[in-house]
Amino acid sequence: MGTMIQAKMSTWWTIMKIALEERLVYRGDFALGTLMRFLPIITQIFLWSAIFMSVGGGDMQGQEIKGFTINTMIAYYLLTMMGRAFSSMPGLASGVALQVRNGEIKKFLIQPIDLVGFLLLNRVAHKLVYYAVALLPFVFVFWLCGDYFSEHFQHSTASWPSSSRLAVFLLSLVFAFLLGFFMEVCIGLISFWFLEVTSLLFIYMLMNFFLSGHMFPLDLLPDSARMVVDWLPLKYLAYFPAAIFLGLVPEDRLWAQLAVEVVWVLFFILASRWMLARGLRRYSGFGG
Amino acid sequence: MSIIEIAGLSKTYQVYEKREGLLASLKGLFRRKYREVKAVREIDLKVEAGDFVAFLGPNGAGKTTTLKLLSGVIHPTSGTASVMGYVPWKRDNRYRRKFALVMGQKNQLWWDLPAQESFRLHQQIYQIDTDQYQRTLDELTGLLELRSLLKQPVRELSLGERMKMELTAALLHQPEVLFLDEPTIGLDVVAQHNIQQFLKHYQRERGITTLLTTHYMKDVEALCERVVIIARGSIHFDGSLAEIVDRTTSHKLVTLQVADGESLDGMEQFGSVEEIDPPKVTIRLQREDVASKLSAILDHRRIVDVVVEDPPLEEVLADIFTQISNKNDDQEA
Repeated sequence: MGTMIQAKMSTWWTIMKIALEERLVYRGDFALGTLMRFLPIITQIFLWSAIFMSVGGGDMQGQEIKGFTINTMIAYYLLTMMGRAFSSMPGLASGVALQVRNGEIKKFLIQPIDLVGFLLLNRVAHKLVYYAVALLPFVFVFWLCGDYFSEHFQHSTASWPSSSRLAVFLLSLVFAFLLGFFMEVCIGLISFWFLEVTSLLFIYMLMNFFLSGHMFPLDLLPDSARMVVDWLPLKYLAYFPAAIFLGLVPEDRLWAQLAVEVVWVLFFILASRWMLARGLRRYSGFGG
Repeated sequence: MSIIEIAGLSKTYQVYEKREGLLASLKGLFRRKYREVKAVREIDLKVEAGDFVAFLGPNGAGKTTTLKLLSGVIHPTSGTASVMGYVPWKRDNRYRRKFALVMGQKNQLWWDLPAQESFRLHQQIYQIDTDQYQRTLDELTGLLELRSLLKQPVRELSLGERMKMELTAALLHQPEVLFLDEPTIGLDVVAQHNIQQFLKHYQRERGITTLLTTHYMKDVEALCERVVIIARGSIHFDGSLAEIVDRTTSHKLVTLQVADGESLDGMEQFGSVEEIDPPKVTIRLQREDVASKLSAILDHRRIVDVVVEDPPLEEVLADIFTQISNKNDDQEA
């Protein structure tokens, strides 16, 4: 038993190492791409400043939109960026679809290796490289924007996160990664039935953009819509971690909400297993 | 029990038939017409351990489909198969550790990384013990002269080098059964020859059971004692190369070289002249006539050299394929 686990770990480690190396081949492009992702911060700050200005007739200080001041808004935006650094999976679903279409998926039928596990390790490696590159810029940006945070906590009933809230925040980031991963894998696996999933993926990205809280805090939604969105898994990809950090989620509901997230993660893990098994059966029935 | 046993194996694909024109395409959105393509029909085959078998047949004959069935990539429509006692399409991990499939047109290695990284991954996937891995790798890279290329990204290798790497990757776990789908496709003569030599040597040393599909007769001549001809999904011939030629050709090609000053005129009287390239002439003779016609020629002409050959293998096979397809057309009409 022990040696079996050891063998598994060693396999996982090798896959990760190779995926890491692969990521580092095009390091120039990768570093540039990573840094470019920080540019939208500037537009966001300008955009929200303009909105708050117009609400306040030229003065944005003290203005609120559904309880959000300009400080809360910017701090929220920065935190969703962090959440999305965990939950966004560029190229995952389309990559799976491509493998199905061009037959590369055969490899996973012939060799004793699991597709989803392999993709997961790959993605972990990609993320690790990304964090290594993005860590410094992140620290720098948060340091630059530190005032938005202190202003927020000064005027809010919530205080800076306690260690337990911080722990839930970190957990929510890890689960955001898993949720984002397994959701996109499921979308990619749909290609066993439809071959082309570009449009489907587009719809998902669009929903993700609006309903995960990436575009604006979900608190701005009308109550009826909020009710629905609260039960969807999307909010865990961006809104939830940010809301925890800023103290927007009541302390007594933190763990319950996290539990719902875990249920969603489990749901999509099972869904992906089921889809992979059915999909491969269909694929091999139809003729590879 | 044979290492590979196939009985009544059939595979029928459903192919979406797209009709011509926009209107028809729109209709196709709601009601699709499917056509059945019988890729493999009721194949029976037994292969003994250590055999090197070639599958020959025109494109679309069912060769690759058969290999896909045997490697478990696809399910059959009916029939059974057992390889080393396993049912391939159940994809038992124990089975998957014992065979390999190499496809000449597909790339299994990591494109941007040196091949040795892919090899290391294979070591892990197939759980090859480090000593054995190192030994096998040394042996394979030595035989295939790859050592200096191990650290070079796969995308920078030539097609021939890449194919050798693919073979190495496939053989690292020392499979007992090897399926090769057109392993020499697109390679130049030298690379083809190298790969043939390697396969021949390796197969003999290890005695691995190998099934090969190819369109190059040189591969077959160099490697396989046994040839299975597949066309339209069925087996039409199963035997040795010599047997095929024996059974299907009724004539021989005789090339004569005449002495200086001797004329090449009038050779038609002996048989149909295939080629004249003074001082040589090639004529086609019925097999049973070879001896009598040859002595008649020798009586009348001064000949310095005689070569009697079977027609080229390509030609023989092209004849067989055409015959099969004509026969089938008649049957289906």
